Amino acid sequence: MARRTRPAKYSAFGLVRRGITKQSWPRVWREPDWKSAYDVVIIGGGVHGLATAYYLAANHGITNVAVVDKAYLGSGGSGRNTAIVRSNYLTPEGVAFYDRSLTLYNSMSIDLNLNVMFSERGHMTLAHTDSALRTMNWRAEVNKLQGIDSSVIAPREIKKLAPSLDVSPDTRYPILGALYHPPGGTIRHDAVVWGYARGADAHGVDLHQKTEVLDILCEGGEGPDGKGPGGRVTGVRTSRGDITAPIVVNCTAGWASTIAGMAGVRLPITTHPLQAAVTEPVKMFLPTVVVSGSLHVYVSQTDRGELVFGASVDPVATYNMGGTLEFTEELAGHVLELMPGLSKMRLLRQWAGLCDMTPDYSPVMGPTPVDGFFVDVGWGTYGFKAGPVSGEQMAACVATNRTPELIEPFALSRFTDGALVGEKGAAAVGH
Amino acid sequence: MLLVPCPNCGPRNAADLTYRGESHPRPDPGTATKHEWRTYLYLRDNPSGWLRESWYCSSGCRTHFQIERHTLTGEIRTPPLPGSKTAGGT
Ligand SMILES: Cc1cc2nc3c(=O)[nH]c(=O)nc-3n(C[C@H](O)[C@H](O)[C@H](O)COP(=O)(O)OP(=O)(O)OC[C@H]3O[C@@H](n4cnc5c(N)ncnc54)[C@H](O)[C@@H]3O)c2cc1C
Ligand SMILES: [Zn+2]
Repeated sequence: MARRTRPAKYSAFGLVRRGITKQSWPRVWREPDWKSAYDVVIIGGGVHGLATAYYLAANHGITNVAVVDKAYLGSGGSGRNTAIVRSNYLTPEGVAFYDRSLTLYNSMSIDLNLNVMFSERGHMTLAHTDSALRTMNWRAEVNKLQGIDSSVIAPREIKKLAPSLDVSPDTRYPILGALYHPPGGTIRHDAVVWGYARGADAHGVDLHQKTEVLDILCEGGEGPDGKGPGGRVTGVRTSRGDITAPIVVNCTAGWASTIAGMAGVRLPITTHPLQAAVTEPVKMFLPTVVVSGSLHVYVSQTDRGELVFGASVDPVATYNMGGTLEFTEELAGHVLELMPGLSKMRLLRQWAGLCDMTPDYSPVMGPTPVDGFFVDVGWGTYGFKAGPVSGEQMAACVATNRTPELIEPFALSRFTDGALVGEKGAAAVGH
Repeated sequence: MLLVPCPNCGPRNAADLTYRGESHPRPDPGTATKHEWRTYLYLRDNPSGWLRESWYCSSGCRTHFQIERHTLTGEIRTPPLPGSKTAGGT
């Protein structure tokens, strides 16, 4: 506990002082020495792994924790997503869970002393068909019952909120209404990752980057090498050496199956790439996040003026993060159907990240049949907004060895017990 | 673009076919326990590597067929695509 250097507190005064004196900023987190034993090893340095580490230390005083990542912190989905947050889900389980996450996001800048640029600009899901409108009404009612600000609005109100949308009745997919959710918005995803990393580090958590997990060490299980159901975890083998630990948490999203496989655990997950794209910056004209399920596209404008677009996952399972021309073509076509005025805009970049899709569009959280081996996976295309609540609840789960109520519905056992969640409000743009 | 070899139509753009995912033998519905049935329905190996999977030639000959594809490199080995590394040399 002795040698720890706390990161300098960010403040207006500090900014001016360093600006004037041209002092360089100190490292935001340590490059820790290698240690071969921890109380908890967390695999995956995305928002989920880092938040779990942070809350383990901050809420439960468990600080002898390592987060290991094969690349750099935020190199997975956490640094590649389109940073949209909302809590207007469809199932009561989903609504309660994501609402807690938004609450944590709301106070995060203060809690972590880092501006995560939460922009509560509102979130609008368009309905182009009667059946979509019916689902929107259903969602609004479920939301209202749980105290979530969410309602169905008519085309003229949509036009007021987002004047660039074509709400005329003679388009190919006329806009019939929208589910409007004022508390939704966007957050600077890198800042969230760095905030949790910095906070965890300040509490003494060791963040080991460029450390790839090659195997999970187990004993007593029914499979080869003591792996599989009935056994328990004893540590991990990494590209830098073995670590012994009685508790290992799998937070590797798109790679979750490969890690679980190393412990002899099968997951209900397939890995699919999700692509996104960003345009050149233009003057502000789109104040809310706009999602269209039927057109498979969503768009928001960043504080710098770029438009960020996303769509649904590529249909074929793969671990390859290459972009495709098909995505760009479809995206451009659908965006122009919504906002014909954008035809002269140029796309600057396109990229992909890996998503861990489950059959019921809900995560898999908590213990597994291998004692001490926990999962926080199955985050699909919607796991960024869930980072804070997942970290908080996973930390509680690991620290107390009991599954907290908020994440009970998301247990791995639901797939063999036949109690799926069925969260159709999970992905913004169809499945 | 991923080229997928339909046994009847030859290599086609994956977008012209329907992906059916990982293939496992289906348990006998008459005798399978709930556990076996649900395991078949929901659990997956999802490897980063070679995967045996099913495809449906939905806009062509309407055949269901299986191939082996590497999920990281995109290479296909059974049946190999003409000219690929795994195509063999005669
Ligand atoms: C283009 C795109 C847009 C998205 N948009 C949104 C959005 O708007 N809103 C939203 O809520 N969600 C969104 N998502 C989903 C969201 O990004 C993810 O669900 C979330 O980031 C998952 O976080 P994570 O911490 O679980 O995993 P990740 O951030 O993916 O981190 C997993 C980490 O595990 C590491 N790892 C993997 N294998 C190993 C190994 N063997 N050893 C060590 N480390 C390993 C990886 O290097 C990686 O850093 C989007 C995703 C993408 C790709
Ligand atoms: Zn065919």
